[in-house]
Amino acid sequence: MSQPFRLNKEGLINRDKKISFTFNGKKLFGYEGDTIASALIANGIHLVGRSFKYHRPRGFFGAGVEEPNAKLQVEFNGHSEPNVNATEMELVEGLSATSQNCWPSVNFDVGAINNFLKMFFPAGFYYKTFMWPKSFWYKIYEPFIRKAAGLGVASIEKDKERYEHKFEYCDLLVTGSGPSGLASAYAAAKNGAKVILAEDKPRFGGTLLTDDVSIDNLSGKDWAEKIITELKSMPNVTVKNRSQVFGYYDHNMLVMFERVSDHLEKKSKFTPRQRLWYIRAKETILSTGSIERPIVFGNNDTPGIFLSAAAKEYMKVYGVLVGKKPLIFTNNDSAYETALEFKKNNVEPIILDTREEHSSELIDEAKSKGIDIRFSHGVIVANGYKKVKSAKIGKLNKDKNSFEKIETVDCDCICVSGFWTPSVHLASQSGNKLKYEEKIDAFIPDKKKQHETSVGAANGSFTLEESLKHGFENGSNLSAKITETKTEISIPNVNEKKYGAHDKFWCMPLPKNENPKRFVDFQNDVSVSDIEIALSEGYRSIEHVKRYTTLGMATDQGRTSNLNGLQLVSNIENKIVPEVGHTTFRPPFTPITIGTIVGREVGMEYMPTRKTPMHEWHEKNNAVFVDAGAWKRPRYYKLGSETLFEASKREAKNVRENVGICDVTTLGKIDIKGPDAAEFLNRVYTNAWMKLPVGKARYGLMLREDGIVMDDGTTTRISENHYHMTTTTAQAANVLSHLEYYLQIVWPELNVNVVSTTEQWAGAAIAGPKSRDMLSKLYPDLDVSNEALPFMGYKEAEFFGVPSRIFRISFSGELAYEINVKSDHGMFMWEKMMEVGKDFGNQPYGTEALSTLRIEMGHVAGPELDGRTIPSDVSLNGLVSKKKDFIGKNSLGREAFNVESRQKIVGLIPIDRKSSIPEGSHIVQDQNAKLPNPKLGHVSSSCWSVENNNPFSLAIMKDGKNMIGKKFFAVSPLKNKSIEVEVISSHYVDPEGKRVRS
Amino acid sequence: MLYIKCPYCGLRAQKEFSYGGDATVKRPNINEEVPSEDWDNFVYMRKSPRGKHIELWQHIAGCRQWIKVQRDTATHEIFQTAKVTEEIR
Repeated sequence: MSQPFRLNKEGLINRDKKISFTFNGKKLFGYEGDTIASALIANGIHLVGRSFKYHRPRGFFGAGVEEPNAKLQVEFNGHSEPNVNATEMELVEGLSATSQNCWPSVNFDVGAINNFLKMFFPAGFYYKTFMWPKSFWYKIYEPFIRKAAGLGVASIEKDKERYEHKFEYCDLLVTGSGPSGLASAYAAAKNGAKVILAEDKPRFGGTLLTDDVSIDNLSGKDWAEKIITELKSMPNVTVKNRSQVFGYYDHNMLVMFERVSDHLEKKSKFTPRQRLWYIRAKETILSTGSIERPIVFGNNDTPGIFLSAAAKEYMKVYGVLVGKKPLIFTNNDSAYETALEFKKNNVEPIILDTREEHSSELIDEAKSKGIDIRFSHGVIVANGYKKVKSAKIGKLNKDKNSFEKIETVDCDCICVSGFWTPSVHLASQSGNKLKYEEKIDAFIPDKKKQHETSVGAANGSFTLEESLKHGFENGSNLSAKITETKTEISIPNVNEKKYGAHDKFWCMPLPKNENPKRFVDFQNDVSVSDIEIALSEGYRSIEHVKRYTTLGMATDQGRTSNLNGLQLVSNIENKIVPEVGHTTFRPPFTPITIGTIVGREVGMEYMPTRKTPMHEWHEKNNAVFVDAGAWKRPRYYKLGSETLFEASKREAKNVRENVGICDVTTLGKIDIKGPDAAEFLNRVYTNAWMKLPVGKARYGLMLREDGIVMDDGTTTRISENHYHMTTTTAQAANVLSHLEYYLQIVWPELNVNVVSTTEQWAGAAIAGPKSRDMLSKLYPDLDVSNEALPFMGYKEAEFFGVPSRIFRISFSGELAYEINVKSDHGMFMWEKMMEVGKDFGNQPYGTEALSTLRIEMGHVAGPELDGRTIPSDVSLNGLVSKKKDFIGKNSLGREAFNVESRQKIVGLIPIDRKSSIPEGSHIVQDQNAKLPNPKLGHVSSSCWSVENNNPFSLAIMKDGKNMIGKKFFAVSPLKNKSIEVEVISSHYVDPEGKRVRS
Repeated sequence: MLYIKCPYCGLRAQKEFSYGGDATVKRPNINEEVPSEDWDNFVYMRKSPRGKHIELWQHIAGCRQWIKVQRDTATHEIFQTAKVTEEIR
């Protein structure tokens, strides 16, 4: 169990705590503080995956968020998570990681045949190869591609973890705890600002942890620790590690992804796994640093090839050597630090520098330490299939387009540095148009768009001195504007090495007759030749080149490939990079889990559940519930082994024959008060309201301004200036907003107030021929005769000692009443009704029976008032006043609404009187007609008529009024049914409406 | 997510509000004869400007007031908010 590539003492890991894990079934160990990547490299494992398209062997390339290759399927703490970045995921006891996109194993992958068929997979191969024959796409090509390509496997298990959302407000959000971030946060905190400092990695400090610098005579690491310790002690500062700010949205809202407990072996039950922070910041410091850019060369994707800074980070942070025979391939000075670090650990590197021989502080130091430096040199092609074994290197000519000398050197790793790219993702997301900075050959933020200020390397300043200075200044100035306090801070003395100029060189040429793949985008397998093909085929816009080649479109967002891609395009096109432009950066910066986005809004917490005060009674009495918006309503009450059909039939029949009660609490209720209330209702409803006396209810219809029916319901005049409006359950919120719109904006001169009282009242309908008898028992002291309480009458009376409202209104078409009591008394009312109702054969009925009752009566509801019908379509034109104006009236005169063959509601019965007609069926003349078969209408509501004992449906039919007596087919391709039907009146039961008035 | 200043409640997150369309549209007076072209314009015709737009929002999860918001439809910048009874510029 030795770790051949672990250094003896270097690193910030905890060597006292071993952690065991498995990789592709092999038992290994690492230390607390390791990532999966560092632990695997320590164990000498580099081959971890296969590439997306060609299934080429891939290893680690970076040491953090920039990693394009090492995406693993990881099981830990009972999860199985795909596409985990091995360079970011911290090691936890018992973790098990497996390679993705390979079969049967990462060492022997059948899909690697693609690598040898690569002439068939050039840029745009999706568009070219799989176009013909057309039917093959869905049946053969696409399923095959899905299987062959792709990342890990999403778990199909329910996620048992807890995820949270948090809303936070602050004066200054600092994204990144490198030198400039620390300085900004510190200066702002000293000014008394409310500061949040977010660090993506587990350790604070950024490059201070790996760079050989000193600040005020402390090492970078110690200085970072000192500042963090002080920040943590300040009450106005929140310091968060393992927290990635991944999105910059409108109005300075940033979203942060916090990995709360993935790294913990044990955690308490209520500790969330991950947390999403919505942070509204007054000012934002973007101290996101920079990412090293590779130089493109042949087979540059071979395992064992690293970014130079990543190699240094593995040594300094994890005490791990990425190799023992390193080649350092660079166009700038920063890679010399990696070389020196190798040297310090007794490893002899060879430096290949594309620049001509010259001198700088770092070069001189490397020379003095006896490091082999070869100027004007570069790696042409890496040799080795599953691991680098050697490299063909070449001495470049003066123009750097061919070679003066080529040789092969042995090596076990190649550390490559093509200079640095500022991480401008968040700045770009904020709307900042980036600008090209010639000095560093990269884009940096331009003029502020929101309240973002980029500092340090993210703004193109690559020296520590400058980064700290910018950090302190901006942190101080931005916060001082908010807190109006300015604390003087002296900028510390810095000791760092000076870098010389970098070489503008990003892609190695190839010797004649050699054609190895040179990858620009590792994760999506995009090579130099792919970009050349795209350009030769006429793609010019960088956005098109991106989409055609998929350059930069993988989950790493092209962090290591975008600029090299742009350089290539600009070289081939003979344009300068700013002319080519850059593609758009979009959130999230790094992949985040779906669980975090969803947060706690799953299952019962997906949305609020509204329960009526009688809910518990329904539950106890075997109600089967149905969702009506957020409400739970009893659909039917199951007796014994009854089905929905049997139960609803029984319940509806009982209403027709005896009496039933129904919980109607969910109906929208709106209290309307004020001296102009009558006038207001008169404008809102299509019918006349000025003469409704106190103590009477009226059915009303309201339209939208375009003449379409919006909602219906009854409104009762409780007193002179007080009305009680009811709406359908579904439209309650819309109707309230609608009324508020007219009162606040259109007719503010009307003295009326509206307020929702839906939840203040519990309601129960008592319906059926015996309902009056039952009512008289419920109100023994009240005259409930037809004369004293006629249809559409209203009374207030005590219900066994509690105040109640009695409305004589009916939805079922039977003699019926609705009783309202205050919500708190709802259960009391219901239980009393059940008790008293026994003598009358009372049974509760649910929404299914309710629908049956209203359908066979021809009463319209949501399925008919579907946003496409005007009053005459649903035979409610009798409610439309010709004398007065109202909302939507002018639209009713439109030509299309008044043609002779206008659609109209009708009833349908099956010819065989047995087959039920599926809702949504289309009505056609000839069921066998050639498609498209002309549609004459659709079935809106269907039921089993309990009165006539056969199926009955409502339908909206073209020229409906002239169709009565004719025969058609109702066809439902969805249910694979076609039923011959006869058109009848929509009022199937009691067409004169005698019962409600009896 | 937008940050909208309700003239009654102060700065609140967008999720408390509901969008209500163009605030400059004026409904023809009730009880008055309206030429059908004017009516059609009121019901159907809306501009879809790129840039500054005065629109209605309702603070439904707050004070329930309808308010005016002057917003840039391309950048989402909000220049001004006001009560519906107030004029924007």
